[in-house]
Amino acid sequence: MSADWEMVIGLEVHCELATESKLFCGCRNAFGDEPNVNICPVCLGLPGSLPVLNEHAVELAMRIGEALHCEIRPSEFARKNYFYPDQAKDYQISQYDKPLNAGGWLELPDGYRVGVTRAHMEEDTGKLTHVGGSGRINAAMHALVDYNRSGVPLVEIVSEPDIRTVAHARAYVAELRGILIATGASDGRMEEGSMRVDANVSVRPAGTQAFGTRCEIKNLNSLRSLVRAMEYEAARQIAVLESGGTVGQETRHWDETSGRTESMRSKEEANDYRYFPEPDLVPLAPDAAWQKRVRADLGPMPAARRAGLAAALGGAPSDAEVDQIRAVVDLGLDGLVTAAAEAGASPSLALARAANEVAAQGDAGLRLDAGVFTSLLAMESGGQLSATQSKTVLSTLIERGGGDPATVAAEMGFEALAADALSTVLDEVIAAHPDEWARFVDGEDKLTGMFTGEVMKATSGKANGKEVAAELRRRRG
Amino acid sequence: MSTALALAAEVRSGRRTARDAVEEALAAVAQGDGEFHAFLTVLGDEARAQADVVDATVAAGGDPGPLAGVPVALKDNLCTRGVATTCGSKILEGWHPPYDATVVESLRAAGAITLGKTNMDEFAMGSSTENSAFGPTRNPRHTGKVPGGSSGGSAAAVAAGFAPLGLGSDTGGSIRQPAALCGVVGMKPTYGRVSRYGLVAFASSLDQIGPFATTVEDAALLYDILSGHDPLDSTSLPSVPEPTLASVHQGVEGIRIGLCRDLVDGCAPDVAARVHQAADALSGAGAKVDEISVPEFAYGLSAYYLIAPAEASSNLARYDGVRYGLRVDGQDAEAMNTATRTAGFGAEVKRRVMLGTYALSAGYYDAYYAQAQRVRTLVMRAFDRAYESVDVLLGATAPTTAFDLGAKVNDPMAMYMNDVCTIPSNLSGHPAVSVPFGTGEDGLPVGVQVLAPALGEAMMFRVAQVVEAHAPLGAGS
Repeated sequence: MSADWEMVIGLEVHCELATESKLFCGCRNAFGDEPNVNICPVCLGLPGSLPVLNEHAVELAMRIGEALHCEIRPSEFARKNYFYPDQAKDYQISQYDKPLNAGGWLELPDGYRVGVTRAHMEEDTGKLTHVGGSGRINAAMHALVDYNRSGVPLVEIVSEPDIRTVAHARAYVAELRGILIATGASDGRMEEGSMRVDANVSVRPAGTQAFGTRCEIKNLNSLRSLVRAMEYEAARQIAVLESGGTVGQETRHWDETSGRTESMRSKEEANDYRYFPEPDLVPLAPDAAWQKRVRADLGPMPAARRAGLAAALGGAPSDAEVDQIRAVVDLGLDGLVTAAAEAGASPSLALARAANEVAAQGDAGLRLDAGVFTSLLAMESGGQLSATQSKTVLSTLIERGGGDPATVAAEMGFEALAADALSTVLDEVIAAHPDEWARFVDGEDKLTGMFTGEVMKATSGKANGKEVAAELRRRRG
Repeated sequence: MSTALALAAEVRSGRRTARDAVEEALAAVAQGDGEFHAFLTVLGDEARAQADVVDATVAAGGDPGPLAGVPVALKDNLCTRGVATTCGSKILEGWHPPYDATVVESLRAAGAITLGKTNMDEFAMGSSTENSAFGPTRNPRHTGKVPGGSSGGSAAAVAAGFAPLGLGSDTGGSIRQPAALCGVVGMKPTYGRVSRYGLVAFASSLDQIGPFATTVEDAALLYDILSGHDPLDSTSLPSVPEPTLASVHQGVEGIRIGLCRDLVDGCAPDVAARVHQAADALSGAGAKVDEISVPEFAYGLSAYYLIAPAEASSNLARYDGVRYGLRVDGQDAEAMNTATRTAGFGAEVKRRVMLGTYALSAGYYDAYYAQAQRVRTLVMRAFDRAYESVDVLLGATAPTTAFDLGAKVNDPMAMYMNDVCTIPSNLSGHPAVSVPFGTGEDGLPVGVQVLAPALGEAMMFRVAQVVEAHAPLGAGS
């Protein structure tokens, strides 16, 4: 972006809470089920039905509030009135002028603080699928409605317009995602709609204070979309202003395929939601004891856990390690690394294996026993297993849900290669590649990889890569 | 037809079968309801089947419940599983609720027989039952007159002797006013005392289900069965209700009664005279009667006609043609929605939806809805002040006796004035009961209203019973 302009960004993040049941009824809160199986009179908005607030949802919302340093306040639900076919009652029960959480902040990894205006509770709508035509809203022949999502609990986290760069916006969403997962409030799966982001974007001449006219961008379903949409939108607004035009306040839709934002409705066309207090619910005012319990139950947040891991490594982590630390904390694998390190494993090795092989196994990786992990790392560090073998054994252990690393290694034929056997194999490999060997002896170090690879091939991966490299250097003299 | 208490005693003791009582009621409806049109649906086979269950229980020596074999007429805004529930509206055409209202379950558990669904003003908006999409109900005391409304069908069914008991809903007087006009007892409980689950909402913060009966004793009997906490209704009061039937004959010795000028002075002279006569009777029975004025009641009507339509505009949004009931096709969802609501709602419903939408709109909210809520608070405080010096209040239920069919259909304001004496109790959430007390100059029934503070039902029924005991003979019966 041109240095003449500065962006002003505020983000609204909708987070589906990971409750067993919906916000106002006992229906299952689940993603991916057959359409319209998790429904009842309440979440279908049938005449005569009434909402009853889910206590666990309130608790998760309070955790989010605590984690974002908000004040938890006496709150009230309101009705947001608008007609839409995915809206079972044609109003949404949400919190309006009395949100549960208000006035907090979130600190980005680089220390930049973004204010959190509020984090309020509301219910999700159903899901519309447009059928026929090109699948686009305007061309569809008809629409199907799935009310499984109707009444799923949401917390909407609204930031202050404190963000000035796309990178910070991305970091905010990534950090918030980590916090939501750490609180247990959400699984943070953007691709499943567990987290949905709307961005309010405006631009102003660099160095000025007044806010420009903002546009709200909807349909940002991934960090990639968020970044692309904001970059596009900033460029669009700058182009309008630089050509002497004015930016109109409007809601815009991000089209992932075309890579453009398109106008959905202008301010004049905006709904008047006619909010008023929801008469079917009583005010929600968590008492001090409940708030205290929520505070006490809240574990460390990602920033503290990242700091803890970095400290365990000793010294400043490398760039690669910073990425590994972030990945491990985001996935909730930092406990595994810390436990292994405390039990004597190499912290950097534990971190690398957790960030790669364990992480790759998804939920199964989270169930890996720290003792098993530590034993395996000890075998690798002790030279009984090569790195390649260690990775294979680790994956097998995770797939099986546990086991003894030594037994699994034996079972897979991963006996460490005896030193004389390595020597024999190396003789053969060198004999087969006389030219390369000559160049290696002349100092072409990068050929270490080629020779190691050939040895691995010949030993079905049994050789220890480090030992092979050491032996090659020894022979070169 | 005998009272509910007498009939239940006969059935419980085996002197009479429930089946016999049901056949008698069905025969009476078949013979007489062509003229009155109290019922929209008569549940012949279902009522017989329920009666047979009661009789089998009695035959087996079991307890069939306190309302064993007693037919009950249900207002057609109470959900009944598998049975059309129309709210007097075309828009719910073809909708059969998949569940029973909590009060319907309570009735069945008590051994009562659900005889049928009764006519009403569309969505309970009206005071004459002429706003039903299915034609008006006629007053059994005089078929040229309205039965009152909106629960006119249930009031007429009880007045005609089709059933000893009926259920109605009272948002601004919709039980008490038709009770007065038809010469039966009609009672609105404290808000939250009877579950609203399964009552199709008109104005959620005002709606309350209550009984119709031919005697105060029967009304107390039914109220005791309906009242109690329901976890499906968040506004349901958690406390265990005080039984009222046991104390209904305890008299009024020492009770302080405020004859409320504001609920008498504006009424027709013959109606006012009956209220004064009732006050004298109570005084003669040992009560301490004083005249009292609560001038704030004068503002109740205006506040009500903003709050109730505002809530209704939101509650009725769900009738959009998407999920159930009437659908009139259009070229897109919005056109379908508009066509459905245009065809499905009657004039009074449309008037109130528009009024309520306006009152909640941006820029008008404070002047209308918020101001009306302040008036509501004012009325509540006025009641509190009055109850510092008296235990109950006494007034008229309706300003006049039953008026001619068609007399007020083109004058909404004249129609709304019918509720002037009943609305204050809805705004405050307090209980009130209308008791027949003689007739007006036209020979039509007059209702005297007893109002009590929150949860004052037991004392209220005691006073009502004394009023009933002193009613002039030939009170429309």
